[in-house]
Amino acid sequence: MTDKRTGQLTLDIIGMHCASCVKLVERALKKVSGVANVSVNLATNKAYLETEKEIDLSLAKKEVEAVGYGIKDKNDSNKEEDPSIVEMEKARRRMWLAWSVAIPIAIWMLFEMFGGYWPDMLLYNLGITLLSTIPLFLPGIETLKTGFKALTRRTANMDTLIALGTTIAFATGPLGLILNYFNLPGIDNYAGVGAMIMAFHLTGRYVEAKARGRASQAIRRLLELGAKSARIIVNGQEKEVPVENLRLNDIMIVRPGEKIPTDGSIIEGQSAVDESMATGESLPITKNTGDKVLGATVNMEGLLKIKVAKIGEDTFLSQVIKLVSEAQGSRIPIQEFADRVTSVFVPIILILTIATITLWLAFPQSFSNLSNVFRPILPWMTGQMFSSPLSQALFAAISVLVIACPCALGLATPTALMVASGLGAENGILIRHGAALQTMKDIKAVILDKTGTITKGKPEVTDVIARSETTKSPPKRDPAEAGQSSSGSPRFARDDILQIAASAESGSEHPLGQAIVVKSRQNKLQLFPPKNFKAISGGGVTAVVDGKNIIIGTVKLLQEEKVNLHLLNQNNITSLEKQGKTVVHLSIDKKYQGSIAIADTVKEDSQSAIASLIRQGFAVFMITGDNQSTAEAIASQVGIPKENVLAHVLPQDKVVKVKELQKKFPVAFVGDGINDAPALAQANVGIAMGTGTDIAIESGDIILVRGQLSLLVSAIKLSKAAFAKIVQNLFWAFFYNVVAIPLAFIGLLHPIIAEIAMATSSITVVGNANLLRRTIIKSS
Amino acid sequence: MLSLDQIITLLIGLEGIIFTYWYFFEKKEGVQRVTGSSITIKVDAGYSPSTIVIKKNIPVTLKIVRTDKSDCLEEIVIPEWKIKKYLPINKEVSLNLEAKKTGEYPFHCGMNMFHGKIIVK
Repeated sequence: MTDKRTGQLTLDIIGMHCASCVKLVERALKKVSGVANVSVNLATNKAYLETEKEIDLSLAKKEVEAVGYGIKDKNDSNKEEDPSIVEMEKARRRMWLAWSVAIPIAIWMLFEMFGGYWPDMLLYNLGITLLSTIPLFLPGIETLKTGFKALTRRTANMDTLIALGTTIAFATGPLGLILNYFNLPGIDNYAGVGAMIMAFHLTGRYVEAKARGRASQAIRRLLELGAKSARIIVNGQEKEVPVENLRLNDIMIVRPGEKIPTDGSIIEGQSAVDESMATGESLPITKNTGDKVLGATVNMEGLLKIKVAKIGEDTFLSQVIKLVSEAQGSRIPIQEFADRVTSVFVPIILILTIATITLWLAFPQSFSNLSNVFRPILPWMTGQMFSSPLSQALFAAISVLVIACPCALGLATPTALMVASGLGAENGILIRHGAALQTMKDIKAVILDKTGTITKGKPEVTDVIARSETTKSPPKRDPAEAGQSSSGSPRFARDDILQIAASAESGSEHPLGQAIVVKSRQNKLQLFPPKNFKAISGGGVTAVVDGKNIIIGTVKLLQEEKVNLHLLNQNNITSLEKQGKTVVHLSIDKKYQGSIAIADTVKEDSQSAIASLIRQGFAVFMITGDNQSTAEAIASQVGIPKENVLAHVLPQDKVVKVKELQKKFPVAFVGDGINDAPALAQANVGIAMGTGTDIAIESGDIILVRGQLSLLVSAIKLSKAAFAKIVQNLFWAFFYNVVAIPLAFIGLLHPIIAEIAMATSSITVVGNANLLRRTIIKSS
Repeated sequence: MLSLDQIITLLIGLEGIIFTYWYFFEKKEGVQRVTGSSITIKVDAGYSPSTIVIKKNIPVTLKIVRTDKSDCLEEIVIPEWKIKKYLPINKEVSLNLEAKKTGEYPFHCGMNMFHGKIIVK
């Protein structure tokens, strides 16, 4: 059907992992009739075919499978399955297959325990032995293979213990039959026990994998958050494209209720955006033209046109995912000892097993006597009979092999860290180094940077004072009426002051000027276009507004411009300045008319968060480059004692102050992560404040996405709860092994009980870590 | 007094213990020096090679392939570099590394049973 040499076909190849695989697959596909050329790409796992005629796909599949690889069906490609889920499903099937045989075995064995051999001893032993091969060598074969393969490489893992335990148990079956055939003294048949151990082991593995899946779900959920496609405008037409195909500066259309496909800025429209998935902020945030929005957040109300600003790995969500997964791979100091134990654990258990057999065989009587002391109080031991010392030695040895659980030790810390970092991410707390969880518990003092951490970092108009506050004339909204009051000398209402000042400042780039413009916009005031705008460095601005000569600036500037200042209320101004505010003055046609106070205001939650920190016993410090009185003014607003104010600190000296305080106690530093990077790095725990739209922060152990101090309180709670879990887990894992192994050694544990205990122990550790999710970390 | 049987049993056991110790703790690691820009690590009942020597400041790609079906080895962790990766069966996972500092960087499976190390020179 297709033209000669023009047909093209792409196939997804499964199972390739090296350059030689590529060659094999290429050669295999070339054999298929109709294929003119093949090129296989290892990185993308795809084969690109040029075809002369239509080719038989099943034939191609057969050829590829013949050399050990596979071709993925096209229909499958839509729902690409998570490999870990596929493997979990396999584990589940293995578990049920094992039980389908292990349960009949168990019932048959119970018969034997209470009623003697049925139908007779030979058939019983033969039947149990044969049945046991199924759980061991079908679903259990992977465990056996890995376990023994590891042995041949001179390493050992948990599978080695289970493999040895089950095969030794199983071997007693055939061995007993042979001994019986030659009428030699018998050996107890533990083949059924081996099958049961395998069934329990597979169950434990499955449940544990499931629990671990739950622990790691945070990342998976983050990955699923993103939108799959985006609607963009191409040549004036709307077109739907996959998110991967978005380019920078594309214009996306996002309707109400839709997810924003990627990070960008709004160029048209306004809406409320639900950012809870990205920043943990539960309330929708109002976004206007010019505001930044994040991918995967939900547009709630209006139609938005958004220009793409970040794609792929640069997006906020990708950064979060990267940070969370990095944190999960990081190391916590407390883990070190557990790591040292686990790395030698299995070989030591093997040595212990040999010791068990040897001692039981050498001193059967003394060991029996020892275990007999405890027998009456252990229900599983009362009916246990041994036909020979060898049986008894094996009984103890198998128990030792299967009860030792290095897994619990290995999983204790990473699982708790995984749950903690996921839980943090959901709430806007990103843990970059797991070690911070441990260090946090020692922190005695918290140093807060002032600008941007306690305060918003952006100046705002706080007070507007008209020349004579007794004037009660209603604010005049129409610019033409401003200043036309009835009395001889014109007086101005506060909104007029703001209006004129903002008009003059509307061209200004100075933060103070911008604050005035923002305030006038908030008050919905109309602005006049300024003429002859002139900025006087360090002084203020002059301009002509509505035909009037306007000067805004310091007292010094106004004096230089020969403005009559006798109406300026100095007491008022002084008290404002004492509160840490910057005051500028307005003159209209060389007459002083009023003042505007501007200050970097504190964030809404700063005061309550600091109060909470102090309640928890932290010494809270504030560090700033401001002068002492401004700094103290802010400190008193948020409840930081005067003596804890570190004022006049140049940015580069912050790190010195941190070092000084560190001489007294472990210190956490909270700052913006860019200017404060050295101080963050120096502190025992560095906590960087994000802005809610950017977390590309290189320093800091913990990042607070929304830059709110209440998140700091939550982060401390989370760290403490996570560390407590880690300690609990490690304690449990050590305690379990320390108690259980000696019990098995002296023959007091039935191998099946031992296996149940070991499976339960690793599930307990993972489950306990998952309980961390119940911790309430929200402040207040 | 110990009988002859007991003495023989104990001696055999002791030998078994010494052998086991030697077998696991006295082995020589298979060291592989990376000369090109990439190296393939096979994950099958352990890592081979398990010790890798790379040079400082030269980017290297570790191509990791797990053929072992046991879930024991399904994750690889390199704590110092904050890497924790899920390894799907029979699928190559590439890790790009560029070591800035010399030293030894151990890696292990998710449960810390199997070990290897990267030596940066």
